[in-house]
Amino acid sequence: MSINRLTGGLIDHNAPVKFSFDGNTYEGRGGDTLASALLANGVRLMGRSFKYHRPRGVVTAGSEEPNALVQLRTGGRQEPNTRATTIELFNGLTAKSQNRLVSLKFDALGINDIFHNFLAAGFYYKTFMWPRAFWEKLYEPVIRNAAGLGNLSLEDDPDCYDKGFLHCDLLIVGAGPAGLAAALTAGRAGARVILAEEDFLLGGRFLAETGGLTDMSAADWLAVTQAELAAMDNVRIMPRTTVVGAYDHGIYGALERVADHVPIPESGRPRQIFWRIYAKQAVVCAGGIERPISFENNDRPGVMLAGAVRAYVNRWAVTPAQSVVVFTNNDDGHRTARDLIAKGVSVPAVIDVRVDACASAGDIEGTEVLAGAQIVDTKGRLGIKSVTIRLANGQTRVVPCCAVAVSGGWNPNLGLTCHQRGRPVWNDTIHAFVPGADLPVGQLVAGAANGVMSTHGALKSGAESAVQALANIGIDAHPAEIPRAEDAPLSITPFWHVKGAKRAWVDFQNDVTVKDIRLAHQEGFRSVEHLKRYTTLGMATDQGKTANLTGLAVMAELTGKTIPETGATIFRPPYTPVAMGALAGRAVGREFHPTRLTPSHKWAKEQGAEFVEVGNWLRAQYFPRSGETNWRQSVDREVLATRRSVGVCDVTTLGKIDVQGAHAATFLNKIYANGFGKLPVGKVRYGVMLREDGVAYDDGTAARLAEDHFVVTTTTANAVLVYRNMEFARQCLWPDLDVQLVSTTEAWAQYAVAGPNSRKVLQKIVDATFDISNDAFPFMACGEITVCGGLRARLFRISFSGELAYEIAVPTQYGDALMRRLIEEGAEYDITPYGTEALGVMRIEKGHAAGAELNGTTTASNLGLGRMVSKKKDCIGNTLSEREGMALDGAMALVGLKPTNGDIVLAGAHLMNLEGPVDAAHDQGYVTSAAYSPVVKSSIGLSLLKDGSNRMGETLRAISPLDGSDVLVQVVSAHFVDPDGGRLRD
Amino acid sequence: MLIPHPLLGPRDAAEFIYLGDASLIDRPDWQSDTAAEAFHDYLYLRDNPAGEHRELWFHEQGDRSWLVVTRNTLTHEITSAELARDVAKERGRSV
Repeated sequence: MSINRLTGGLIDHNAPVKFSFDGNTYEGRGGDTLASALLANGVRLMGRSFKYHRPRGVVTAGSEEPNALVQLRTGGRQEPNTRATTIELFNGLTAKSQNRLVSLKFDALGINDIFHNFLAAGFYYKTFMWPRAFWEKLYEPVIRNAAGLGNLSLEDDPDCYDKGFLHCDLLIVGAGPAGLAAALTAGRAGARVILAEEDFLLGGRFLAETGGLTDMSAADWLAVTQAELAAMDNVRIMPRTTVVGAYDHGIYGALERVADHVPIPESGRPRQIFWRIYAKQAVVCAGGIERPISFENNDRPGVMLAGAVRAYVNRWAVTPAQSVVVFTNNDDGHRTARDLIAKGVSVPAVIDVRVDACASAGDIEGTEVLAGAQIVDTKGRLGIKSVTIRLANGQTRVVPCCAVAVSGGWNPNLGLTCHQRGRPVWNDTIHAFVPGADLPVGQLVAGAANGVMSTHGALKSGAESAVQALANIGIDAHPAEIPRAEDAPLSITPFWHVKGAKRAWVDFQNDVTVKDIRLAHQEGFRSVEHLKRYTTLGMATDQGKTANLTGLAVMAELTGKTIPETGATIFRPPYTPVAMGALAGRAVGREFHPTRLTPSHKWAKEQGAEFVEVGNWLRAQYFPRSGETNWRQSVDREVLATRRSVGVCDVTTLGKIDVQGAHAATFLNKIYANGFGKLPVGKVRYGVMLREDGVAYDDGTAARLAEDHFVVTTTTANAVLVYRNMEFARQCLWPDLDVQLVSTTEAWAQYAVAGPNSRKVLQKIVDATFDISNDAFPFMACGEITVCGGLRARLFRISFSGELAYEIAVPTQYGDALMRRLIEEGAEYDITPYGTEALGVMRIEKGHAAGAELNGTTTASNLGLGRMVSKKKDCIGNTLSEREGMALDGAMALVGLKPTNGDIVLAGAHLMNLEGPVDAAHDQGYVTSAAYSPVVKSSIGLSLLKDGSNRMGETLRAISPLDGSDVLVQVVSAHFVDPDGGRLRD
Repeated sequence: MLIPHPLLGPRDAAEFIYLGDASLIDRPDWQSDTAAEAFHDYLYLRDNPAGEHRELWFHEQGDRSWLVVTRNTLTHEITSAELARDVAKERGRSV
């Protein structure tokens, strides 16, 4: 039986839920969280602390929880560092405690606690300095192993995550009293409203308190309000949704936990959705977070925040223990005592640091209020057994108890108000930071988040903020009438920590004590940002939500400054941890980026092609045939067959840009380094593009189909960049030119048909009205034709392989059919499909520069294209291509390499003189591309070599320390095949 | 961020590619005597203001307009977005 279960609350007492924690099976109730269910079963010990491995229990009842972090689920669904306070219980839930060796009750690393004197703040900077080499190999791995949170399963997560986009007039963050009043106000005004609530129930503190409203029960008001909101089409209620970041211009990030509360998401549903919410206005009603008081051994299981204890008692009908003392500096602690007593839980004492506590809060029947008293120590290793109290008169008293409810006051929940670097300001009434004036654009704050701590105040400010927000965007609204509510002034005496304590915890999650802050102060780390980094105060999964202010207060005391003078650290998104999977959404694995398929993809797959990723494209790499056991056999065959007869290759992926307009030629003259003005209609020209700094960045062809119509091709890799740059030139540099651009890469399927028999194959499919004989359609001709009986097509007589070759383009939807037709018609010539490997081998054999040579460091002159750069016209990059240093004597030049002993030359190898040192200072150049040439019957390479054009015949060493290779190579012409280019023109 | 596109209204910055200072519109005259220096300054020297900055954004996942956006680098407040083509014409750019 659940020993700490009470009656009432918002759980379903008739719905038992079985779950397991650390291998033990327990029973909770529908509506429980893991934390409430464990408490109900008398489990106070839920984890071990980060550094000292001290036994720890749950402290809060919400997402600010520093201690009760567990590993949820098993296998691929295992999730580390989940907060027991926010995990909704479901049947079959399994959870494990973290950061312990052996078991939670006996943690072998608990020895760290005995040596705590050596493990104070910054210990690793001091203790593990020597010997230096030990840090990486020994100290760091050991420390990392000992200090840490949960583990990853290292299995694939079987669930899917999604991203979504929402737009609204008003985003309301938090559905407590303020948020609900705001939602009613805005919903009734007809505004498009999103009401996001982190919890699975709406109501905020209403769910955790017994009082609140004076004329009706909060539960009734909640029911009526929710029903009205649910009936409004213009209001979207999003429970289980945490708004984690406030970004520029009213954009908010929100994580919806769609299926974290069920064992396995329903088929087709994501586990979580990361929403991007575009809000014209937002009202942050994120409530407040209670802060603890630090005292000696205040981290034992059973020490909890007083407001959290009320939440457990009133909402979840569970008490953390049968006997609870209260330690407080404000009236709120007294509420906890009253609620506990009302449920029959023993409260041996209310320890109130205020000497006038009774005057302020009154007596409480059933307990003793010890005004002016403080807790000076606690006992109980695995859970509180007693507290030692120093009474106002200086005497001490030991009070047995099993839990301590602590209240040091409430802090407005500032996160979202500060995500745009807004600085909070100090409020002397509530002794806390409240949002400053520099809120994110379009954001208002209401309720406790704005320092308004009464229920009446929260309701009123929620309604009024909604009116104000809607007025800002021209929507007329009237504040919803609010029920009469508690409106007591706050009575609090600031009190941060009990003086004289040896180890009083400030930050439970990072094991930061008052002593550590003293040490930081002593060593000069006094600014808040230094304090944070030296002690780790406020870091990790809870970001110090319950700890930061106490830390600042202690530092302020030490420096003699006020807290506002001491300042707060910067708040950054996310407000609570977000799984990487949710940020990635569906963009994982194969869907990480889009996959683009060429028109012949299906056909190539049928042929058994191997594919290679080229950017987003999948291209056929080679086409293995039966009997071929090695890719090289396939590639060599494809190269030789193409050079012997005819081959065909899908080159659709090359970028295509349609350039039209009266000034199209003038425009291309500015884009390309070489001239295009005089290119006749029906001709293609090779062109090279420079960056404005004079470095070559892309090459391709431009075909003139008409006086005012060109088709530009780019490399596959630069298709997007070239188009972008051309639009920049058109719109920003020469806006008067009559020229229009459109990317047609995906509109045309394009195939290279190469080899001595390529014309014969094409003549079988080009319609008879078009003469493509050598005379009528010579090298570098182009034209618009029809094929296969009337299908429009474009034909370009260009060659990348060095053979007689064409590229033929048809509208994409005919690409598959054209490929099949070419194969069919080419059968008599043994037409051979070839992939990117053979394409690469043939271009290396021919000595064409490609991406490996156009590598962002090479000029046109390095590539042997220097003469192409026109000096007679203005084009991008020509002025700076002429500056000193771009054309030095002895500059890099593109040359061919051939190993002298039949060795293999490797791309990336560096060239060194035969005699002389082998080091960077004597580097002669490097191999950019290399391949086995079945034509040369040797490994060959292209390289950039210092003064290369004057070193033909020289022998060098090609050294690749990475591969341990060192081979002798001879410098040769880059044109291994048909250096005169006769074949192109046949 | 949201960029107020002059033709399309507010669009998410994720649809755009950022280039940099709008001074890149002012490409120097290649025939001037000091062309090399002018191009050097044009290409390599930029102001890095803490405050208002006029800068070029390309609506690549949209209508392919280049825009000149005036943005405060401290607050990300955007006070204007114009078609770069109009700006270029105003600044006297022509063939």
